[in-house]
Amino acid sequence: MTTPRAFLIVESEWRYYKRTWRGTVITTWLRPILFLLAMGVGLGTLIDRTADQALGGAGYLAFLAPGLMAASAMQTAITDSSWPVRTGIKWRKHFWAQISTPVTPDDILNGLMIWVFIRLVFVSTAFAVVIWAFGAAPLGRGLTAVPAAVLCGMAFASPMAFLAAWFKEDSTMIALFRFSLIPLFLFSGAFFPIDRLPDFLEPLALVSPVWHGVDLCRSITLGTPLTLSLWVEVGYLLAVTVVGWWAAIRQLRKTLNL
Amino acid sequence: MVESLVVGRGLSKKFGDFTAVDDIDFDIYPGEAFGFLGPNGAGKSSTMRMIGAVSPATSGRLSVLGMDPRTEGIKIRGRLGVVPQEDNLDRELSVYENLLTHGRYFHMKKAEIDLRIDELLEFVQLSERRDDRVDLLSGGMKRRLIIARGLINEPDLVILDEPTTGLDPQARHVVWDRLYQLKREGVTLIITTHYMDEAEQLCDRLVVMDKGRIVAEGSPRELLERYSTRDVLEMRFDADQHLQAMPVIEEVAERTEELPDRVMIYTHNADEVAAYLARRDIHPISTLIRRSTLEDVFLRLTGRQLIE
Ligand SMILES: Nc1ncnc2c1ncn2[C@@H]1O[C@H](COP(=O)(O)OP(=O)(O)OP(=O)(O)O)[C@@H](O)[C@H]1O
Ligand SMILES: [Mg+2]
Repeated sequence: MTTPRAFLIVESEWRYYKRTWRGTVITTWLRPILFLLAMGVGLGTLIDRTADQALGGAGYLAFLAPGLMAASAMQTAITDSSWPVRTGIKWRKHFWAQISTPVTPDDILNGLMIWVFIRLVFVSTAFAVVIWAFGAAPLGRGLTAVPAAVLCGMAFASPMAFLAAWFKEDSTMIALFRFSLIPLFLFSGAFFPIDRLPDFLEPLALVSPVWHGVDLCRSITLGTPLTLSLWVEVGYLLAVTVVGWWAAIRQLRKTLNL
Repeated sequence: MVESLVVGRGLSKKFGDFTAVDDIDFDIYPGEAFGFLGPNGAGKSSTMRMIGAVSPATSGRLSVLGMDPRTEGIKIRGRLGVVPQEDNLDRELSVYENLLTHGRYFHMKKAEIDLRIDELLEFVQLSERRDDRVDLLSGGMKRRLIIARGLINEPDLVILDEPTTGLDPQARHVVWDRLYQLKREGVTLIITTHYMDEAEQLCDRLVVMDKGRIVAEGSPRELLERYSTRDVLEMRFDADQHLQAMPVIEEVAERTEELPDRVMIYTHNADEVAAYLARRDIHPISTLIRRSTLEDVFLRLTGRQLIE
């Protein structure tokens, strides 16, 4: 049987990654460690003295860690799907070389999404290990949360791939990053429960896929009930992923097969 | 009758309201080198992208290797080699990795690609640079590498969009040599260029495009016969000499063209014209006699003005 063409794209992403992996070690391992140290341990000891039941009764570190796991899957997904699409079209231009072969825009996008999926599994697993090392969750529970974090990441990866193929200028994408990433991250529910947000912001946080990911991961590691039902939260993340994927394929066809 | 490898009928390409390729017809036969000539913006690359099955035609019929690019693009591209106008090598990867990656897209096995890479690097004289990053190559080396990359799948038809633009004379001759060699092996070549000497050297037949249309078609020789004379005299005059000379020149020339700094005289016999002008006491500051080239045809057909 011949390899599906999307996997040929995964293969070349891997070949490229082997050249550039060093930079990702820092984000994969150092980011969770630094965050958990500063926010979880440092800030956490202060919070734990005064916290009431708002955090679900667990210590702040245990509350924060699963939320960060989902939020950091989101960050990895966003950078790993938007820049490759941008550079593939505009800077490295390797998409143009790829479509001159039997590879199609659909294959490119599918391959890229599979690659991001693999990266998310790896990054989230590393996160679970760090959480365990900090004593914030048992390893088994942390690993059980990996699929939820990965799904959360995918719900950002595919819409971002669409946007990256759709924008005409890099500056539009940079502006989007600048104005949306930080609020998404801060108001994801990772740092504090979103019912503490002003009322007008709360629905916004609920629409953002990252909150669903945070809620899922947290419920798994803490063993607390979900805010909404499992099917709603998973269904929502899946729906966003699928719609984003579909939009991204359509846009990439338009951009490349002019 | 030989069956055409590529057929275009009433082929057009529009970008919004702008017509880049305007109702062109052409036939490309197996084993020939076919040229698309034309000034900047004539629509050459747009046509190449349609033939390369990556850009759907707006209207008209196109058949490549007997297949329809709209429905059988994947199959077509599998048998095609493409050398794009714009460099899209992966700069961060090595020469070898660039070729390997590209070969894999054709579902070739790694061992098979490795053999092919050795052959191709030999062919484009880059064997020593096999493990260097593409970043480190000169412009001419990159061009040769892109040509090698386009041949990785042993294509039946190779599309070369300005294969030698930006190369020094040595590198151009290396590329031409290689293209001849391919042609001898029976590979069909489609070449776009605005170098007339390149077209004369390489192309069995060509079309001249201008503003999206085909304005002439034939072998380089046919085009020369049809649109130019055998010889050209380029003469420079003083300002007052110039006025006196023109009527006399008109008597003997097939066609003349006055440029700011010289007069071009098209004739079938340059020596006779030169002798006649001397007898009539016309003495230019300088005279250059040369054979007419495709460039004269090209300029006659597409004009001397820059359109952009
Ligand atoms: N994607 C596009 N969108 C809009 N216009 C385009 C697009 N691609 C090409 N064009 C226009 O179509 C015309 C033909 O372009 P094309 O690249 O085919 O010319 P060309 O003959 O290859 O020129 P050159 O010798 O400069 O490479 C140009 O006016 C160009 O601006
Ligand atoms: Mg061009």
